[in-house]
Amino acid sequence: MSPDRRQFLGWGAAAAAGTVFAPVIKLIELAQARSPQEAASALQRWGLLIDITKCTDCDVCVTACHDENGVTGHGRPGTDAQWIRKVSLRDKRTGYAQTLPLMCQHCEHPPCVDVCPTGASFKRDDGIVLVDKHTCIGCRYCVLACPYGARSFIHETVSGQKSDVPRGKGTVESCTLCVHRVDRGETPACVEACNRDGGKAMVFGDLNDPSAEIHRRLRSEPSTQVRADLALNTGVRYQGL
Amino acid sequence: MMRFAVAVLTVVLTVAGFADAGEKQIRRVAVPVVKIEKGEACVAPTVEMRRDHMNMLLHQRDRTLRQGIRESRFSLKNCVDCHASRETGSVLGKDGFCSSCHAYASVSLDCFECHTPLRQARAASVPR
Repeated sequence: MSPDRRQFLGWGAAAAAGTVFAPVIKLIELAQARSPQEAASALQRWGLLIDITKCTDCDVCVTACHDENGVTGHGRPGTDAQWIRKVSLRDKRTGYAQTLPLMCQHCEHPPCVDVCPTGASFKRDDGIVLVDKHTCIGCRYCVLACPYGARSFIHETVSGQKSDVPRGKGTVESCTLCVHRVDRGETPACVEACNRDGGKAMVFGDLNDPSAEIHRRLRSEPSTQVRADLALNTGVRYQGL
Repeated sequence: MMRFAVAVLTVVLTVAGFADAGEKQIRRVAVPVVKIEKGEACVAPTVEMRRDHMNMLLHQRDRTLRQGIRESRFSLKNCVDCHASRETGSVLGKDGFCSSCHAYASVSLDCFECHTPLRQARAASVPR
């Protein structure tokens, strides 16, 4: 029996739908955890959305970050490393006070990468900005270049590092977006802690994935970048600022 | 003249022979302690590991850091997991797997300026 015209058109429509939707399905697959053998892909861009209206006066994100990454100080705030910090804002006229966590903003066009003389400061394909401490010479140009003050220099000998987070004297470091956790398919420690013990103010996800909560919210709700005037296209966005 | 040269050569060879014998009795440099703590075989044959472990680690480090490829085979974490001492849990120290050999060969070992020389707590809690 030969197929009639209606049936033939049906097959055509199915084939067309397959062609259109297959790449979308492919993108959704990529948003899942990669296998350890697979390289980070430019199809993804990891980011954070922080709703400051929900950010309370706690510091669980800071504690969780420093626990996860083994960031310990010597009780010297001037030189101790700081991967994430709480910043308090206060409107002088109205007295309206806000608090927000500030860390590396994982820019698309990172000034720290531009100024690095050895190529140690780099952006991974999936948008995470990192320091290759094997090539970092500790010149601290990036510390000066970063408009967010996100980078720290390690002044003193470090011991008791976490196996996933090597740290050493004479190099610069900053928030890695918990890259070792992200590579395992988990969320950063600050986000996990905020959603467990804090104000549930932080969302982590792939900015390029249309099915991700962060993508949906950025599309449908207002958000701001800190120092948007610099046009760095940050990966960390804020709401209620 | 010829006689004198032969005499000198004989003396030199004799002294060298004595020195060699002496060294066999008392080594001036301690032989490295290569104590394999865990597992039957390394990730590559011993000869290859001795000659090339630094290159394996170098390539793995760039793949992991720059591309996010986290294969465990040639990773430093994997080295430490097997080779850390049972007593100290470390690859450093007097009889540490890494440090004793590097001290013998007089090669500086910079990995553990930043990386932890200790076996991970997770791996240590798993019964071997």
